[in-house]
Amino acid sequence: MNCKTIVVELENYLDAELDPALRAEIEQHLGKCKKCRLIVDTTRKTIQIYCNSEPAPLPEDTHRRLHQALLKKLRAEKCRE
Amino acid sequence: MSTRNVEPVKPHSLPSQVVKEDEPVLVAAAKGGDLNAFDTLVTRYERKIFRLAQNITQNKEDAEDAMQEAFLKAFEHLGEFEGNSRFYTWLVRIAVNQALMKLRKRRPNQVSLDEEIDTGEEMLTREIEDWGPSPEERYKQNELGEILNEAIRDLDPSFRIVFQLRDIEELSTEETAELLGLSIPAVKSRLLRARLKLRQKLNRSFRRSDHL
Repeated sequence: MNCKTIVVELENYLDAELDPALRAEIEQHLGKCKKCRLIVDTTRKTIQIYCNSEPAPLPEDTHRRLHQALLKKLRAEKCRE
Repeated sequence: MSTRNVEPVKPHSLPSQVVKEDEPVLVAAAKGGDLNAFDTLVTRYERKIFRLAQNITQNKEDAEDAMQEAFLKAFEHLGEFEGNSRFYTWLVRIAVNQALMKLRKRRPNQVSLDEEIDTGEEMLTREIEDWGPSPEERYKQNELGEILNEAIRDLDPSFRIVFQLRDIEELSTEETAELLGLSIPAVKSRLLRARLKLRQKLNRSFRRSDHL
């Protein structure tokens, strides 16, 4: 196990898609290699920060136009019935 | 030789864990003609769908159009939604298709999701620093949002969309591959590159040494 293998397997490792033996090897390497540990930790943190981030509020005019378009569609549907 | 205990990686939370539990009830009511129920779904997801469309198109007008068209199509085809997936996942699929159409129309020669991309290690050779336990707590919500937006905006579109679908919308690798017409190895390769590039970009804001 070396640093290049960590890179190759990083995606599977972070997504918990590795067989237990390879996972154990990687974790043994991470225990010894600060550089790889930082890469794994900060990449995991990157995913978590984006995953937990709240989208910005919709601009008021964008929200209004969306609901106007839906209302128009609803009215058109009702006329067709 | 002793090894340091490494915190186990938790798999991503499943989409079903992050959605409000009343979604199926609202969808059923909307299918039955309850317009308020559909409006509740729109209000619930409009911000997320707009962010998704904006991250794909990188253009506010196109994102707004794609979002509108996605909700209108969802309403029009609601009767065809069989509930085999979450409603939100179904909506994301519609929105991605609308946003990709906008993107291809605006930049027909620049958008290819099929291009070959090498998996590389070259990005790992610099800027490896600790971020501390909670880098995001150092920033106000809007400042953090701007940092995240700026980093993702700089990504190659073919990386950005895969990261958006896998790590923000939490689609599976298989769902992402199917939606984008990519192979599973291609999705994995792009996701790895996207994650590493974003990590590198965020490192400039989050590294602990700048905040000590």
